[in-house]
Amino acid sequence: MKKIFLLALCVLASAAIHAGGYRVSLQGQRSLAMGHTGVALVNNAELAFFNPAGLVYLENKINVAVGASAVFSEVTWQNEEFGQMANTDSPVGTPFYAYFSYKANDWLTLGLSAYTPYGSAVEWPEDWAGSHLINNIDLQAIYIQPLASVKISEKISIGGGPIFVTGSVNFNRNLTRTLSNIEGDRANITVDASGVNAWGWSLGGMYSPTENIRFGINYRSEVILEAESGEANFENIPNSPQTPFEDTQFDAALPMPAELTVGASYHFLDKWTIAFDYNHSYWGVYESLDIDFANPNIPDSYNRREYKDASIYRFGLQYYMDKTFTLRAGYYFDESPVQSGYFAPETPRNDSNNFTGGLSININDRFAIDASFLYSRFKEVEESYDFYAEGEGENSVAVPFGGTYKSSAFVPGLGLTIKI
Amino acid sequence: MRNCFKYIAVLTLGMVACEPELENPIDEQDYYGTGEADFSNYVALGNSLTAGYADGALYLSGQRNSYPNILAQQFAVVQDINEFRQPLVNDNAGGLLAIGEPIPGFGNRLVLAFDEEGEPSPQVYTGARATTEVSNVLEGSFNNMGVPGAKSFHLLNAGYGSLTGLANMPATANPYFVRFASSPQATVLEDALAQDPSFFTLWIGNNDVLGYATSGGTGVNQTGSGVSPAAYGMNDITDPMVFTGAYIQMVEALAGNVSGGVLLNIPDVTTVPYFTTVPYAPLSPEDPDFGPQIPTLNTTFSGLNQAFQFLQVPERMINFSETAASPVMIKDESLPDLSQQITKVLTESGAVDAATAALYGLQFGQVRQATAEDLLVLTSSGIIGNVNQQRLQELMNFGLDQETAARLSVNGVTYPLQDQYVLIPEEQQEVEAATAAYNEAIANAASQFDLGLVDVNALLTQLANDGIPFDAGIINADFVTGGAFSLDGIHLTPRGYAVIANNIIEEINATYSSEVPKVNPGNYATVTLSQDVE
Repeated sequence: MKKIFLLALCVLASAAIHAGGYRVSLQGQRSLAMGHTGVALVNNAELAFFNPAGLVYLENKINVAVGASAVFSEVTWQNEEFGQMANTDSPVGTPFYAYFSYKANDWLTLGLSAYTPYGSAVEWPEDWAGSHLINNIDLQAIYIQPLASVKISEKISIGGGPIFVTGSVNFNRNLTRTLSNIEGDRANITVDASGVNAWGWSLGGMYSPTENIRFGINYRSEVILEAESGEANFENIPNSPQTPFEDTQFDAALPMPAELTVGASYHFLDKWTIAFDYNHSYWGVYESLDIDFANPNIPDSYNRREYKDASIYRFGLQYYMDKTFTLRAGYYFDESPVQSGYFAPETPRNDSNNFTGGLSININDRFAIDASFLYSRFKEVEESYDFYAEGEGENSVAVPFGGTYKSSAFVPGLGLTIKI
Repeated sequence: MRNCFKYIAVLTLGMVACEPELENPIDEQDYYGTGEADFSNYVALGNSLTAGYADGALYLSGQRNSYPNILAQQFAVVQDINEFRQPLVNDNAGGLLAIGEPIPGFGNRLVLAFDEEGEPSPQVYTGARATTEVSNVLEGSFNNMGVPGAKSFHLLNAGYGSLTGLANMPATANPYFVRFASSPQATVLEDALAQDPSFFTLWIGNNDVLGYATSGGTGVNQTGSGVSPAAYGMNDITDPMVFTGAYIQMVEALAGNVSGGVLLNIPDVTTVPYFTTVPYAPLSPEDPDFGPQIPTLNTTFSGLNQAFQFLQVPERMINFSETAASPVMIKDESLPDLSQQITKVLTESGAVDAATAALYGLQFGQVRQATAEDLLVLTSSGIIGNVNQQRLQELMNFGLDQETAARLSVNGVTYPLQDQYVLIPEEQQEVEAATAAYNEAIANAASQFDLGLVDVNALLTQLANDGIPFDAGIINADFVTGGAFSLDGIHLTPRGYAVIANNIIEEINATYSSEVPKVNPGNYATVTLSQDVE
């Protein structure tokens, strides 16, 4: 039995990560190993993210969970009609989390958390065939949240707190498919904004009708990162009154959509726990990426996105092997929020099947190492972005950019759980 | 447990090393078939159009967008090929130097500049000096053997790449070939054959008529002359017999050891903007510089018009309309020269004094107003309506006061556009006849040696008429705005060369059962903007 389980775990490993859009579901190694379930699990301080209502159930006075993941994510693209192909060479993403909780008394636990639920790092070859849509993007958002978790009755608790978000974005694309300076170097724009701050909140509830069954619900509000007076730099612009592009400032807004999670967990046969989470992400808020340039001579940039709300279905299993080892495995299906015809190479994600696994090793009563891995398997997809146009006014013609995309991602992660 | 760690470690490394794999990646050897063709060592022969010449010069980004280079990139998708080497120039300015000195006639490229009123015009780029030194001979063999300016028989000329030949009067060498000939006495064909090409394209013959056409027919039509091509002037029409002989010799030599090849024929000059942009009737009464002058002009010409009527050549009468645009006045060298008769009639009628009568006779002996059948060359647009300074000086030397001399020196209005600005119907027919003869020889060679044939003549006619659709609209032959032609009005833009490349690909695929993918012309640029001009 033990051996088969191990083998299954190992195989699953090969067979998990990114949510659709630029959501990065890597907010705890223990939960991730179980398919990133956790809204109804009381395990460690990862609850600060998954459901702060559960923090009050943690037994120790002080609980800490910290960790980071290494995201190896690549995309390959080809267009069979014109014989073009390109692969991303994206930097390794390193999302992290740090959760801390302090049991003030029997019915109140306070906490503080920091995590990175949204982000994206994609780097295509410079001047590749889709360079008029993107050359590269680096999007980061750090959520910092003070928390309170309150036990309302033996069976019911609630928790939550305000979220302070600080983000940055750096994005480069070529201005058009062909515009070049006298040297033939492609005209391009880089928009850069950092220290973009915003506020949000989250609130969760947990109900434990019996010792072995828990239900959870958690809602995290939408946060709109509004970049004001970011820097827009234009390069390789021809010296001509027809191309009046010069460095300026810009305003733009990027939404981090709200997310509602409901789930349940069941503890059985003494050593086993099974968990199910359902996420609903309100991506519909992302209708368009509009860049408003301060210089009135530079036309503003409107980029239709029209994302739709999307769901994620998560399953996780945990096996408490002995005092030292706890093993975990999971699966989730992640629906892409991107609609057909809006498939832009900046977030080239389609529906994915995700496989996770991991384990915890208890060093002693206070310290445990948590390891996880995720493999995301994306179906090959024939898609296009149809809302890039060339020409002005009535001569404007939509020029779709498309081809066959395939993405993959592999994310090993390590964390530490401390109980004092 | 340890085993599991091992598996995880192996899987982790495996995953990290793995790119996402497509089910049918196009870079796998058999995705696109090569058919009977072998593109591993493709060599292109031709003239400026093959070299990637554009905007009146050969510059780096133009070479990178030459149709042979576009083809080679597509061949590389289908098959592992040798590096496609081009004799790249040094810069994007475009001019040539010989021993440090600019070579006259080989100046910088044209760019599209806008004046204060926002009107665009092609101007010579002055933002950088030319740095391409032709005596700096490049090493190695080159797949792109396109030599700007080469006529058919030049590809067989020993000494065409000799630096010292440049100094001969007239020059017996070509500065572009001097740059990359394997030795001063090597011929273009020899250097091509020495590379043992597996596939070739040949597009030659344009210059065999083009020089005559762009010079407004100032050269000699050598058709049937029997003159040795070595004695031809630059602007002569090559005798079709000479063309055919040289062409067959080249194709026979090239076709010997290759897997295949494609021949391209010669477009009709009347399809290119150099000849179609300037209207024959550009003189608008609404032009504030010209309109108010019309009554005076018509009065001035009334005496001359009476003389034309008396001489029974009323078709030569000059009249400027006050309601519609009028044709320019041109010198038609095919007309009988009536100088003496005009002088005689004017003198006898007493309309003007004897000196003026003599002057009018000389100035208007072979003139008429242009008709829709005349083609005005692109370079005439800059001079029509301007005072011809040279003529002004001549007339003042003749004894006229400056004001009168200036009034009689306005290009296309009072001073006829000279031969080099107009391709009259007789000259067009000569060009057309020679082009047709060359194209027949090219078609015959294609069928004789079982090669592909691209009908560039038909293609450019389509560009000039309906245009060719691409993903963001229509590419046509309109000057500046059409997208196909560069600012010299003869050579193509990268987008235009991409269209040529696509047609070659189509022909290759049809002839050799290959599956070479085309390119998207929308990804290729058109004209370059710059205000770095004088």
